[in-house]
Amino acid sequence: MTSLDQLALHQTATVSSVQAADAAMTPELVRRLAELGFLPGERVRIVARGVPGGTPLAVRIGTSTFALRLIEARSVQVALESAN
Amino acid sequence: MNAVASSIPASPLIALVGNPNCGKTALFNLLTGRHQKVANYAGVTVERKEGAFETPRGKRVRVLDLPGVYGLEAQTLDERVMVDALLGRLPGEQRPDLIVCVADATNLRMNLRLALAIKRLGLPMILALNMSDLAARRGLKIDAGALSRELQLPVVSTVGLKRSGIESLLKQLDDFAPSSAPATVREPSQTAQQLEQDHAEVTRLLGIIGADRDTGESASDRIDRIVLHPIAGPLILLSTLFLVFQAVFAWATPLMDGIEAAVAALGELLGNTLNEGLLRSLLVDGVIAGVGSVLVFLPQILILFFFIIVLEESGYLPRAAFLLDRIMGSVGLSGRAFIPLLSSFACAIPGIMATRTIPDARDRLTTIMIAPLMTCSARLPVYALLIGAFIPQREVWGGFELQGLVLFALYVVGIVGAMTVAFVLKRTVNKLHAQPLMMELPTYHWPSPRNLFIGLWQRAQIFLARVGTIILALMVLLWFLGSFPTPPADFQGAPIEYSFAGRMGAALAVVFEPIGFNWQISIALIPGLAAREVAVSALGTVYALSSADSDPSASLAPLIASTWGLPTALSLLAWYVFAPQCLATLAAVKRETNSWRYPLVMAGYLFALAYLASWITYRTALALS
Repeated sequence: MTSLDQLALHQTATVSSVQAADAAMTPELVRRLAELGFLPGERVRIVARGVPGGTPLAVRIGTSTFALRLIEARSVQVALESAN
Repeated sequence: MNAVASSIPASPLIALVGNPNCGKTALFNLLTGRHQKVANYAGVTVERKEGAFETPRGKRVRVLDLPGVYGLEAQTLDERVMVDALLGRLPGEQRPDLIVCVADATNLRMNLRLALAIKRLGLPMILALNMSDLAARRGLKIDAGALSRELQLPVVSTVGLKRSGIESLLKQLDDFAPSSAPATVREPSQTAQQLEQDHAEVTRLLGIIGADRDTGESASDRIDRIVLHPIAGPLILLSTLFLVFQAVFAWATPLMDGIEAAVAALGELLGNTLNEGLLRSLLVDGVIAGVGSVLVFLPQILILFFFIIVLEESGYLPRAAFLLDRIMGSVGLSGRAFIPLLSSFACAIPGIMATRTIPDARDRLTTIMIAPLMTCSARLPVYALLIGAFIPQREVWGGFELQGLVLFALYVVGIVGAMTVAFVLKRTVNKLHAQPLMMELPTYHWPSPRNLFIGLWQRAQIFLARVGTIILALMVLLWFLGSFPTPPADFQGAPIEYSFAGRMGAALAVVFEPIGFNWQISIALIPGLAAREVAVSALGTVYALSSADSDPSASLAPLIASTWGLPTALSLLAWYVFAPQCLATLAAVKRETNSWRYPLVMAGYLFALAYLASWITYRTALALS
C-alpha cells in the first residue's frame, strides 16, 4: 500500500482509504481530511513540496488544493494509476 | 443587542453560509456596501457581520455573513457558532428565515458537499453558484436549471464582484416570502458514512449538470509553479515582505507631513485666538498636541492594511503560510499560525481573534502567547518617532534607506523573539504533540477594489474611533495630571515637575533609571498602557507642558533628539519590541482563554523580557558610545 506522501511530484493516484497512520492523528483529524475531500475514489497528486525536507505538501484533490504535513499525508492511502 | 433588528422587526433575516474562500464576503460586501455592523457574538469572540439592504422592489432584507466552514461537525469554534446560528441556538440571536448557501462554481466538488449537509437541516435555502464568470471562462458550463431540479432548491448564478452579477439572486430574494409555519429543523448529521454518500451524490450531480471534468492546468497552477518553487518561492516571499515595510515608510511621508502641518497650523490658530488660560492650555497642549501626534500615523496604518488586504484577497497569504510551515513547525507552531500572526502585525487583537481558526487548543494557546511580539501598527508611531529622531536619513548598500532597514530589523527582532518563546514552549509544556496543518490553497484572484476599500474604511473607522475616544480621554486626563497642582511662584524648574504626573514620573524613574528612561518617558509609559501609540501623544503633552516657552507646534522629534542620548532611544525601542503596553490585548486574551491565568502569565513574561532587552541594549550602547 502506498501512502500519499510517497508519491512523486505531479504523479496522479486515487485515494483508496483514509485512516490514522500515527497515534497523533486523532479521529477528529482523520474526519477533517474526509471533510476536505480526501474520500475513496478521488484523484490526488502532489503539486508542490515545501523546503527543507519536502514538507508540507501541496496536494490537488478534485478541484481543490490543500497543504498537508507529512503526518497527515501518511494517513491517506492511495492506489497508483498506471503511467501514461 | 441588535439595533437593526429591533428597529425593523418585520424585515427577513438571511444568512450567507459556505466554504471558506467561496467569495461569500465579497457577495456580502456587494449586497450591503458600507452598511455593515461588525461585532462579536455574545460571549464568544467569533466575528459577527450583519448588514442590511433593499431589494429592487423595495423589500428591506437583513443579512448575516456567517463564518466560512468545511463541515458541520462543530470541530472549531467557527463551526460551532455557524451551526448554532443557523439553528437559532445562540443567545439573543434570531434563527435566519432563509439560508443563501454560497458555492464556488469553479470548485463544486467540495462546495456542493457542504451544500448537501446544510440542505439536510431543513431550513428554506437558495444555492448561489458564485464566481460563475470564472467557471465559464474555464469552459465549465453549469446547467443551473438541472441542478435546481435535482436539488429541489432555487439555484442562481452569481458574480460577487459586480452589481449586475447578483441580479438573479436579488430577484429570488424579492420573491421569497417567509412562511408562517416554522420549518422543522433537523440536527446536523455528517458521519463518515454520510460524507461518502454525499460525495457519491455530488459526483452524480456533476455528471448531470455537465461540470464533472478536469479543467487541466489552470492559471493558479501555473502561478503556483513559481510561487511555491523551492528557490523562487522563498525569494518572492522575502521581497514581498521587504517591499511592504519600505512602502510603509516611503509612501506615507508626504501624507504624514501634510497632517503634521495641518495640526501645527490648527494649534497655532487656536493659540493665537484664545486668551492665555486653562482652556487654551487644555485645547492646545492637551487635545491638539496629544491627538495630533497619533493622528499623523493614519497613513502608515492604512498603507500596511492595504498590503495585508491585497495579499489576503489575492490568495497569496496561505501560500506564504505554506512556505513558512517548515520553519514554523520547527518551533512547534502550525503553518496556520502564520495568518493570525501576520494579522498581529496590524494589531494583536484581530490576530488573537483569528487564532480561533486553529483547531488544536494547545497550538492556539501558543499562538496567542506570542502574538503580541509581532510588531503591531500601534508600535509604528513609537518606532517612527524614535527612528525619525535618532537614525540619520541616508541610503546604504545601494538604495536601501537606513531608516527603513532599522524598522525592518525591529520587526525581525520581534519575530525571532516570538519563535524563541514558541520553541521554549515546545520543549517544555507542549512536548510530544503533533500539529495539524490541512490548509486550503485557494485559487488566485485579483483583489476587488470594493473589498479593498471597505476593508480600509473599517480600519480607518476603528483607528479614528480610538483617537476620538480612548486616546482623547487619556490625553485630557494626562493634561490634568500634568497641569495640577500648579507650582508656587518661587518654584524652580518646569511646572510639570511639580504636578501629579511629574511626581509619579519621578517615582517610576527610579525603576526605569537602570535602563536609561528619564522621568518624561516614565510618565508617558503609564497612559501608554492603554494603547501603545498613546505614549507618543503623552510624550507630546509632557514636553508641551514642560517646555518653558510652551510652543506646542514644535515637533516632538527634534525636541527629543536634542535632549535624549542615543542609548536611551535604543533602549526605548527595545522596550517596545517586548513590553505588553496594551491593556486591550490582555483583555482580549482573557476573553479568548476564559481565564485570568494566561493574560497574567503573558504580562509577566513580556515585562520581564522587555526590561531585560532594554537593560542589555542600554548598557551595550553606553559601553560602545
